[in-house]
Amino acid sequence: MPGQAQVRLETATAFCPCYRMAQITGRDIVDLFRLIALRLSEGRSELGALDGAIGDADHGNSMAEGFSAVVRATSAMTNAAPFELLMVAGRSFLSAVGATTGPLYASAMLAAGRDLEGKVTLEPADVVRLVPAFARGIAERGKARPGDKTMMDAWGPAARAATDALNAGLAPARCLSLAETAAREGCDATRAMVASIGRAARLGARSLGHVDPGAASAVIVIAALHEWLADHEAATAEGSG
Amino acid sequence: MQRFLNNPDNLVDETVAGFVKAHRDLVHISPENPRVVVSNFAPRAGRVGIVTGGGSGHEPAFIGYTGRNLVDAVAVGEIFSSPTAKSFADAIKAADGGAGVAVLYGNYAGDNMNVKMAARMVAKEGIEVATVVANDDVCSAPPSERDRRRGVAGEIFMWKIGGAKAATGATLSEVQAAAQKAIDACRSVGVGLGPCTLPAVGHPNFQIEPGTMEVGIGHHGEPGTRVESLRTANEVADDMLKIVMDDHALPAGTEVAVLVSGLGATPVNELYVLYDRIETGLAAMGMKVHKAFVGNYFTSLEMVGATLTVMALDDDLKALLDMDCASPAL
Repeated sequence: MPGQAQVRLETATAFCPCYRMAQITGRDIVDLFRLIALRLSEGRSELGALDGAIGDADHGNSMAEGFSAVVRATSAMTNAAPFELLMVAGRSFLSAVGATTGPLYASAMLAAGRDLEGKVTLEPADVVRLVPAFARGIAERGKARPGDKTMMDAWGPAARAATDALNAGLAPARCLSLAETAAREGCDATRAMVASIGRAARLGARSLGHVDPGAASAVIVIAALHEWLADHEAATAEGSG
Repeated sequence: MQRFLNNPDNLVDETVAGFVKAHRDLVHISPENPRVVVSNFAPRAGRVGIVTGGGSGHEPAFIGYTGRNLVDAVAVGEIFSSPTAKSFADAIKAADGGAGVAVLYGNYAGDNMNVKMAARMVAKEGIEVATVVANDDVCSAPPSERDRRRGVAGEIFMWKIGGAKAATGATLSEVQAAAQKAIDACRSVGVGLGPCTLPAVGHPNFQIEPGTMEVGIGHHGEPGTRVESLRTANEVADDMLKIVMDDHALPAGTEVAVLVSGLGATPVNELYVLYDRIETGLAAMGMKVHKAFVGNYFTSLEMVGATLTVMALDDDLKALLDMDCASPAL
């Protein structure tokens, strides 16, 4: 879609002054947070409508405001390492968002931060590994199983797809493309599920036929990771060519 | 339904603002966090602090139980949505008098996670936290899976007993044990006659068809165990009492406390109609009502319906239940 390509171009110029560096720095991670916040902000009303069907219609606001808080907390940390930024991001998300979303995404970012502890810069493959790290943090905190109609139904398949693709030696952006596809399929599948934990569990069988808003916002986050890394790789390739 | 509403996004803040103005002799907003309501009597040096919290829309729960010999600080969430871990942590700090803090809350996924993370946050500051999770809603899971049951109006008895125990100067583990004993002695059931609408959503996300009722409904419209034709008040009261007492299995002669709470839109006179029959039924089972509470104690926005909670008492629980307290709701 031409419209989409245009947005992508603007994103690249607006968000990353250091696009031609192969290594991913703390600045890049803040840039990545900005892109996630932007995409969630764009999806705010769509997520709100999904959540209005089976929740309290605030999931879009919670996610967008949570990642805005992350950007506010990290944007001045110009010399911080990626892992430090992830830890600060987790804590600021936790202070901004309640419900289950707050602790789950906080745990996701803290888990990813711990995995990357000590690394001053990241490889593109480390960005791919954010997906399984987020999924692990969410799973440990929320204890949801596949089929419970939660965000794990998107994060779980995405994590497996990302890990399998990395192990198969695929290019990092391709790995995230496959993760995004798996997340979308997992999210679509929640339509046929009956919520058994989390807030939508309040509706039981009434939740049938509706996509889980947590799975839908997970797709947006994973798609933003993919978008950001694809742009980063493209810019890096141009720079080295 | 027509509402008194400015902007749905400001509803919770405006509720809290009006609440602390109306009850300024008892409560105030934490200077640290606008989503924490603190008792004017807290913290009490050397006494265990009592904290709870939960989503808004259940007023007078949770904020209404803040006060003397009751809850010291309450974390306030969005409508039907758990407060942040930060709000729970700030409530714990506000309630801390140096003897530890008991967080007494209901069994919901968000609250479980946020309280756990809050406890970790305050542990770094040397505050010891004990928790008790209310699970009195009989229809939310079978007896064999009591840990999956949700917390409903029985939480009020848990706060009352926990707060009174703390007021005696008991240790944190003694307060925790008393609150646990209180909630273990409680069984509750809800019956819904009409749904509620989240103001930001604008339409109810569940339906109760006219002429029907939902037996076993939860505090946020969680599905009950049966949808059936609406019957007379006496038949509904008998049904509620049977559900609660079958799960309780109390010996004849037990003294009980009874709480009949409206869910928001049921007129209070109808609650007394239910209570009349419930007390008659309890007497027929050989139970003696020590104390009854009838009114809107724990609501669910404008849901039509009622909950029944029966707490079995012994001498200790009776003394703690009868202890003097002061709060906007109790």
